[in-house]
Amino acid sequence: MKCDNCGEVEAVIHLTQIENNEMTACHLCEQCAAAKGLETPPAPASSFPLQEFLAQMGGEPARQDPAPVDEKCGFCGLTFQGFREAGRLGCPHCYTAFEGHLRGLLGRIHNSTQHVGKVYLPPDPTASQLERRLEGLRGQLRRAVDSEDFERAAELRDEIRSLEAETLP
Amino acid sequence: MSAFTGVPDMGLNWLDASGDHAEIVLSTRVRLARNLQGHAFGPRARVNDREAVLGRVRQHADRVDALDGSTLFHMPDLDARSRRILLERRLASRELVGEDGADPARGTAVVVSGRAPLNVMVNEEDHLRLQSLVSGLRVRDAWTMVDRLDEDLGRELPYAFHHEFGFLTSCPTNAGTGLRASVLVHLPGLVLTKEISKVLHALGQVGLTFRGLYGEGSEVVGNFFQISNQTTLGKSEEDLVDHLDRVVRKVIQHEMDARQVLLRDAGAVTEDKIWRAYGLLRYARSLSFEELMNLLSGVRLGVSLKLLPELRVYTLNKLMIFTQPAHLEEAAGRDLSPSESDAHRAAFVRRILGSEGDVSPDDRPSSDERPPHA
Ligand SMILES: [Zn+2]
Ligand SMILES: [Zn+2]
Repeated sequence: MKCDNCGEVEAVIHLTQIENNEMTACHLCEQCAAAKGLETPPAPASSFPLQEFLAQMGGEPARQDPAPVDEKCGFCGLTFQGFREAGRLGCPHCYTAFEGHLRGLLGRIHNSTQHVGKVYLPPDPTASQLERRLEGLRGQLRRAVDSEDFERAAELRDEIRSLEAETLP
Repeated sequence: MSAFTGVPDMGLNWLDASGDHAEIVLSTRVRLARNLQGHAFGPRARVNDREAVLGRVRQHADRVDALDGSTLFHMPDLDARSRRILLERRLASRELVGEDGADPARGTAVVVSGRAPLNVMVNEEDHLRLQSLVSGLRVRDAWTMVDRLDEDLGRELPYAFHHEFGFLTSCPTNAGTGLRASVLVHLPGLVLTKEISKVLHALGQVGLTFRGLYGEGSEVVGNFFQISNQTTLGKSEEDLVDHLDRVVRKVIQHEMDARQVLLRDAGAVTEDKIWRAYGLLRYARSLSFEELMNLLSGVRLGVSLKLLPELRVYTLNKLMIFTQPAHLEEAAGRDLSPSESDAHRAAFVRRILGSEGDVSPDDRPSSDERPPHA
């Protein structure tokens, strides 16, 4: 496929952009894509284009994990097809409803599916949530020590101690 | 709620030209996307979801240090100009303020802290967008501030969190940390020496993304670029933030090198361009926003190179923000046609440069004419 912009060079970058719920496909050579990056109209800060990832999802005729058309989130009613079209999930439960597909998509987008950042501690945590939070904090502490951020390490140690006190019977 | 007349400088600390490399880095922003359990978000959120989320934010905000005494702007209660001012101050997104004539949805709001450069957009694409916006290159500081706000708010409101996918967001590109850190940099040296595409290409290879700063149209104006992290899942917040900081410092070094090349190979031309830009800004009677931004780019370069020593970076930052259409209309107290807007813009620039940016006429010969040992 030739580049949509110059029509000369083989297109190597395939973008799918979503604006106002319209998806547009665009195929560019590397050089035009670099130039185009500067000319992309001001997307609202929030509507980060899913770019090639959704193009892959929507465009591949033979998908490894075909989604039945009626696959649907029981909480918000979003269908998988609806997600593909809008590129947005509708509620926290969508992540479990479409877990298999999302794991694949997240892996392609982020090169990872495992969160390694902050572990959230909800207002009334269960014992296992406290334990996960503690594990997360210990990981952060190791990284802080490794990067010689001793001020941060001290804060983390305090937080770990106070949480440990809470988890003890 | 009457909007800005009482709080003219609200949310504008990020203009004050503090922070590292403030002459090259306009601002640093770190935002966290968060959603509450039990409610649909994004396109599936209905009025009752949005109002419930907003209600909980209203109820709990004052129990969070940074939001104690904050101001909440409910979008549907604001007139179009006030909403546009929030957008021009970068406190609200286009989507939130209902750009293109669309009315903002019920329940959409922004909470602006009175204590710290922090704000929370409510019912944008995600239920909550926590943001810190500071002047200059201060990625670590911005992260620390928004992290604290996030910890405090998360103790009050139950976030949607998954042990594998992290914080759950409407768009999968934000899942995991929900963190987007971005830095707005001024890179005229790299643009003029045509090194910019190489640098931007390299950013893509280290997991960062960039886009231009836009005026009314879709042209990149003023040689400003926004650099931010591309991925949000699989790396810790500290790693994302430190990586951006390190790479941006390298970009700044390339920019400074490019400026030295410009001065060495085209010193007289560069100096002439800078002084012409200053002259136009100082005396023009009509300026479009794009033209202003491009002239300010030249003048900013001149200030950075110490060619216009009397001008402060803060003055230039202020000129960028207060010359946007809604700010000009607010100052005029009425709607302005495009040509009136251009005239008001030029008048504002002349007045500010006259009072805080008057540069003494420089009658030294330009660099090419100077004797080699002068
Ligand atoms: Zn091409
Ligand atoms: Zn759902």
